[in-house]
Amino acid sequence: MSVRREEERRHSIFTRRALLLGGGQAALFGFLGSRLYRLQVVEGERYAMLAEENRISARLIPPPRGRVLDRNGAVLAGNQLNWRALLVAEQTQDVGATLETFSRIVPLTEQERARIEREVRRRRRFVPVAVREFLSWEEMARIEVNAPDLPGILIDVGTTRHYPEAEHLAHIVGYVAPPAERDMDGDPLLELPGIRVGRAGIEKYHDQVLRGRGGAVQLEVNAVGRVIRELDRREGVPGQDVQISVDTGLQKAIREKIGEGTSVVVLDARSGEVLAMASQPSFDPNLFNAGISAQQWREWTRNRATPLINKATNGLYAPGSTFKMIVGLAALEARVATPGDRIFCPGHMDLGDTRFHCWQRRGHGNLDLRGALKHSCDVYFYEMAKRVGIDRIAAMANRFGLGVDLEIELPGAKRGLVPTRAWRQAQGKPWNLGDTVVHGIGQGFYQLTPLQLATMTARLATGRAVQPHLTRSIGGRPVRGGRAEDWPALGIPERDLRLVREGMWAVVNEEGGTARSSRLPAQFGVMAGKTGSVQVRRVSREQRERGFKVESLPREWRPHALFVAYAPYDNPLYACSVVVEHGMSGAGAAAPLARDVLVETFTRLRTAPAPAGSRVAEVQGPPRP
Amino acid sequence: MSEVFERRLLTRDRGGTLLRKLWRIPWSFVLLLCALAAVGYVALYSAGGGAPEPYAAKHALRFAFGLVLMLSVALVDIRLIARLAWVAYAGGLALLVLVLLHGNVGKGAQRWIDIGPLQLQPSELMKILLVLALAAWFHRASWKRVGNPLFLIPPALLVLAPMGLILKQPNLGTALITGMVGAAVFFAAGVRLWKFALVLGAAGVAAPIAYEHLHDYQRARITTFLDPESDPLGAGYNIIQSKIALGSGGIWGKGFLQGTQGHLNFLPEKQTDFIFTMLAEEFGLVGALSVLGLLLLVVGFCYLVALRCRHQFGRLLAVGLGTNFFLYVFVNVAMVTGSIPVGGVPLPLISHGGSAMLTTMLGFGLLLSVFVHRDAEFGPVRD
Repeated sequence: MSVRREEERRHSIFTRRALLLGGGQAALFGFLGSRLYRLQVVEGERYAMLAEENRISARLIPPPRGRVLDRNGAVLAGNQLNWRALLVAEQTQDVGATLETFSRIVPLTEQERARIEREVRRRRRFVPVAVREFLSWEEMARIEVNAPDLPGILIDVGTTRHYPEAEHLAHIVGYVAPPAERDMDGDPLLELPGIRVGRAGIEKYHDQVLRGRGGAVQLEVNAVGRVIRELDRREGVPGQDVQISVDTGLQKAIREKIGEGTSVVVLDARSGEVLAMASQPSFDPNLFNAGISAQQWREWTRNRATPLINKATNGLYAPGSTFKMIVGLAALEARVATPGDRIFCPGHMDLGDTRFHCWQRRGHGNLDLRGALKHSCDVYFYEMAKRVGIDRIAAMANRFGLGVDLEIELPGAKRGLVPTRAWRQAQGKPWNLGDTVVHGIGQGFYQLTPLQLATMTARLATGRAVQPHLTRSIGGRPVRGGRAEDWPALGIPERDLRLVREGMWAVVNEEGGTARSSRLPAQFGVMAGKTGSVQVRRVSREQRERGFKVESLPREWRPHALFVAYAPYDNPLYACSVVVEHGMSGAGAAAPLARDVLVETFTRLRTAPAPAGSRVAEVQGPPRP
Repeated sequence: MSEVFERRLLTRDRGGTLLRKLWRIPWSFVLLLCALAAVGYVALYSAGGGAPEPYAAKHALRFAFGLVLMLSVALVDIRLIARLAWVAYAGGLALLVLVLLHGNVGKGAQRWIDIGPLQLQPSELMKILLVLALAAWFHRASWKRVGNPLFLIPPALLVLAPMGLILKQPNLGTALITGMVGAAVFFAAGVRLWKFALVLGAAGVAAPIAYEHLHDYQRARITTFLDPESDPLGAGYNIIQSKIALGSGGIWGKGFLQGTQGHLNFLPEKQTDFIFTMLAEEFGLVGALSVLGLLLLVVGFCYLVALRCRHQFGRLLAVGLGTNFFLYVFVNVAMVTGSIPVGGVPLPLISHGGSAMLTTMLGFGLLLSVFVHRDAEFGPVRD
């Protein structure tokens, strides 16, 4: 047989069989098409009819939001039951008619109806929309009785956020509010009625953890939406509890002691845990739950005492004399002064034709670093600043957490400002030696938060880069950062630190120290600290010469009073900072308050049984006489 | 006449430059593939909860990569491919052995090897390599030679070896599909019909015995197939949920991103095996039939290539590849409509998955090479 005939025969057989095969496959495609037709169109008794009558309905189940607990397990943010009426758009023929009937039973305002209709349009048809929340028992009964006339309306019990401590921890725990359009991140949970997202504080920072993940339930319902049986359920993941380090008792005790414009921060000096953080005035976070009224919002935002702002993390103050330890350490590190070097203070320092005064007009005479801290001598630190230069002072301040982001779990906390030569030049202004001198005593451009001052104090006390933080455990699992060893050493010679600490000890415990009258009662051990007073307004030479008295100033021009402290001196456990706006003098207004705060801290935390993982009650020797 | 014929064969043998080859690529087919990939993007966008992450964006990237692969393979001379068929087959077999020894097992069935970011399933690749090897075996054999039972023993072993290895994984579904793809090539090559009858008969006798040796999960698939409603929250769950989704989709569907079954996660594995259900729920019968129509066009194109090809190697290759693609589609859609037991087969070009996309596009590359080199000269037929 010729090659050609052979090829042709083979080709014809192939063609026949390929057509057969292809035809068969096309027929099977036809089978699939018919199968789809049967399932999607013809099989009325089962699936198509189920769909038309909406007999199978799927609903999301919101997970309970995790709670916020204090260090002893007391609830700071919890959930309360909330009965509400919901509307599922796909279960009614006419949304308008249903709402019309509903408002005859439970009156709805025009705004409410507009909101409901807007949400119905925006959401998928199977997602329920809240018609009315916080229903009373009577309203619920009336809705239930009229259920047949209210297709698509269902009553269910949701939860609402409750803050038992109200304004005491508002700045820390924060608050929740219904999600806005920009919060919609694709999580279908956020479309649910009654869901809340964190708007501030811990509620915002840990929002994902607290929120959990939604479950869903598949229900067989009749034509009016009544559930016949549950077909399937997919469990969600409940939000996890977040435990924070604050001691509610201490926080409340401190808040009772302080007035408007005062903020106090107490840290565990070794772990960096925030034990209390108070800022007056405050607000009630429960009011945000149902949506805040415009009037209330105006009242809060226009209030000059800024109740919504946490002054401990967002109030910016010049540190004044509390900054002198930093200047001293910078001088020692730069070797421009030895610990024994004495500076003579005649009560002022002249630089060119400008005279910089010491607060003590008579002058302090000869002082070394320890003495200069004890008496808070300005001339000594003018001189040291002049020798060290502003940039090395700024670098030292940054190492102590000043002017840097401390990454505290409170969104929006301020970073503050520690000026450098480059910063000033970036503004197109020169940096003069006179500026450096003024910044040597913590005045000038500095903008620091009370939290940063407390952090500085904890770092001075421990020599470690202690990071302040609030989160103690998430879902029962402790988080890192609960122990002193978690923090790296600052790299400052122990000798230098000891010198500065001795100065701070002398401030409180030695005859002639600026805060001598604020010693701790003997049973609580020994406190070391530093006073500070910050001018809000410049005092002119003429005023000074005319025998100026700060008491004569109107309140909003009076100086701020500051005090930073840690205790016990030889085994630091707690560090705190106190800022009293317009409190006149650190020694007079802030130091006594700091003493009371530390006494309160000792009595509450040392007697309370320490929760697991805590080291507060350990390694505690008897208080030194 | 014979001389004329042979001269024609010779003159028709145009290899052509690269540019001429590119010109010969059927771009309408490439466009068809792009349309299907776009359908996949839309479906995966929905499966990702209305976002390009985590599925749709990756899908687009993989398809782009697959296109480059396909076009590169299309330009390779078909005779070079025929010569490399045996090496490729041996390599595929080696991969199957390797995956048995060192591979990862997921969901009790598929086995894969991790190659960098890609999870390669050698069993998918093997089906294409088997078609290549069978085409290479049969392409010069005369009708008479194909009739010789001894000539059929080696190709039968070529089919049985990978089937055995895949069964050992154990993956019954893929093993059966591999056998069917092989059978299609045998059929197109002209193997006598009574021999098929004989093998089918033997299989019919062996099936009850084989059932005894099946794994429990494999038996469960078969029993739930026979009566899915018997165990609604157990093994039949997937099929019931898929049917509810399809049925509630109706003619016009619930609308893009509005599928309750899919979006509330009642639909299992909606981004892979049940992607077609997702489409049918949201776009209804109209959408489902449109997608099915596009897929049918792809299969039809394979047969068009086979019929227009002038050499037996290309014809067999095209029929084998067409059947392979058809079986993917058929098994997947039949599975989600509850017509055959659930088998874990993705819908090519639409489902999420790198390995399947790669092998699919490799197969189309070979198909296009057949089309581009449809007039290549392969030498005379032998008895």
